[in-house]
Amino acid sequence: MSRIAQKFAELKAQGRKALIPFITAGDPEPGLTVPLMHALVEGGADIIELGVPFSDPMADGPTIQRSSERALAHKVRLRDVIAMVARFRQTNAGTPVVLMGYANPIEAMGYELFCREARAAGVDGVLTVDYPPEEADAFTARLAEHELDPIFLFSPTTPESRLDAIARQARGFVYYVSLKGVTGAGHLDLAEVAAKLPRIRAHCNLPVGVGFGIRDAETAARVAELADAVVIGSRIVQEIEQSPRERVSDNVKQFVASVRAALDKRQAEVPS
Amino acid sequence: MQMHDLPDARGHFGPYGGVFVAETLMAALDELKTAYLKLKDDPAFQAEFAYELKHYVGRPSPIYHARRWSDKLGGAQIYLKREDLNHTGAHKINNTIGQALLARHMGKKRVIAETGAGQHGVASATVAARYGMESVVYMGAEDVKRQAPNVFRMKLLGATVVPVESGSRTLKDALNEAMRDWVTNVESTFYILGTAAGPHPYPMLVRDFQCVIGNEAKVQMPELTGRQPDAVIACVGGGSNAIGLFHPYLEFEAVRLIGVEAGGRGIASGQHAAPLSAGTPGVLHGFRSYLMQDADGQIIETHSVSAGLDYPGVGPEHAWLKDTGRAEYVAVNDDEALAAFHDLCRYEGIIPALESSHALAYAAKLAPTLARDKILLVNLSGRGDKDINTVAQLAGISL
Repeated sequence: MSRIAQKFAELKAQGRKALIPFITAGDPEPGLTVPLMHALVEGGADIIELGVPFSDPMADGPTIQRSSERALAHKVRLRDVIAMVARFRQTNAGTPVVLMGYANPIEAMGYELFCREARAAGVDGVLTVDYPPEEADAFTARLAEHELDPIFLFSPTTPESRLDAIARQARGFVYYVSLKGVTGAGHLDLAEVAAKLPRIRAHCNLPVGVGFGIRDAETAARVAELADAVVIGSRIVQEIEQSPRERVSDNVKQFVASVRAALDKRQAEVPS
Repeated sequence: MQMHDLPDARGHFGPYGGVFVAETLMAALDELKTAYLKLKDDPAFQAEFAYELKHYVGRPSPIYHARRWSDKLGGAQIYLKREDLNHTGAHKINNTIGQALLARHMGKKRVIAETGAGQHGVASATVAARYGMESVVYMGAEDVKRQAPNVFRMKLLGATVVPVESGSRTLKDALNEAMRDWVTNVESTFYILGTAAGPHPYPMLVRDFQCVIGNEAKVQMPELTGRQPDAVIACVGGGSNAIGLFHPYLEFEAVRLIGVEAGGRGIASGQHAAPLSAGTPGVLHGFRSYLMQDADGQIIETHSVSAGLDYPGVGPEHAWLKDTGRAEYVAVNDDEALAAFHDLCRYEGIIPALESSHALAYAAKLAPTLARDKILLVNLSGRGDKDINTVAQLAGISL
């Protein structure tokens, strides 16, 4: 069983929902990424989404764009991100790590080398925003050979006819983008999420995470009533952006802990 | 599959093209593809498109024998396909009319576009006004500065121009921002993509709309010269004017197809916008093609004196034409393009766009190596009025 599957199994047994924070590797500087990953876990993260910086993050809003630019100013490469995961693994064997990014850095490294090194470093899943299943066959096959989970997105605009095609290639968990737009934009529509999740579950028996537009503990808790996991990105990146360097890890940990507390409180009140 | 039948059903030209976008856009691209494939062979739609091209754009655009310049160069005869005489002054309008008609058939009331030099932005704002649609144009902040007259032109036409401050603040960043807008407003909005690039079906439909250039030339050249040219030459940024000329000529195997990229300060300097000449394959903006990128897959900043060629990727059909050897791709530097710009002004009384000046510059290199009875057809894709500030500035003159 993959580390991701095992984590969801554990959480299910405990009646808890997964909290999946996102940070961009190398933001605000490369030396802070591994400490930040540990801070996320201490704050209560179950799985970490680690963003791979890219020069043209087409699906991201201004907050995550800026985090990518900060990381790239330090010349953080995909290989460096993989090395950060290896360092994180030296003292954390249990928290799954999903790399999230765009196709081109992976294409430049080459599928085989990327998969081999990511696996060796202790990466568990890979979410490539601009590889829809139609273009991902060769890549997901290679990920599977290396026991890495390909994570795929569903969106509010995904038609019924595509649900199976996505579900067929997905492993680990699937990610429902809770609003039309880029990361960090607008506010999510809980009613829409509530309407869409059963449709997704009818086609896909993997755990479903919901993200995009979750900006506070209260919203996270309400999403957790519907989903198996809550993904928070831009709000955490904003915390990183606004904190003085020496406070970054503590502030991020505190924010994550506040979300964790809200999730667990809600789960205690509303047993699923 | 014959080369002129490409792309395949999923938008591939050999290993290039495809659909590399976030899930949120998949349904919209599918809707666009379905609508286009239905209208493509609909005689009423084609008649409507042809009517607009004739009466609104002023087509067919003439072909002109640049006799004095050819004589001066002392070799092959240079003919110019006068896309600069189109309404709005460039080939871009062929495509924006086609896409605006598509948008209307699809019931979209808001159109968005990206622009580099501003030509596509102007052409988009123009058709939005023509068909009564709201329009928003994304333009890199750097380009907004370089192309002030076009910015004002778009505003006169009723468009909202949004300067894009992220990344290198040029065309690629404008494209990123337009995609972000589209993801957010996907139900109400039609994205008028300006070049034969982006995710399928854009490279196909932009090409199809621009093929009017080559289809006219195929008829005009024999009328004018008794035969097809020995070579057709066009500048390549994203590659829409070039593919519009090349594609109809694919069937004439004796006709050389030559695409001219922006060599900027020279390929060796690294400061250029010539992915086919000096790039490697990768994925950007929804498609696979040759890109300007570093060893880690980050897109690198491009340089060209011409804003319209200042783009790190190139349409996927060109990538395939390069690999198969059917088309040749070369690069000319800023200086060479400027020299050709001045030549055309002085010898022919035509002020060409700096983009088109790259194609002219290569023709000026090639012509003297060929006999006087050889014929080169150059796509004069746009007029240069928009560039006079840039050219003046380079000469140290302030207007």
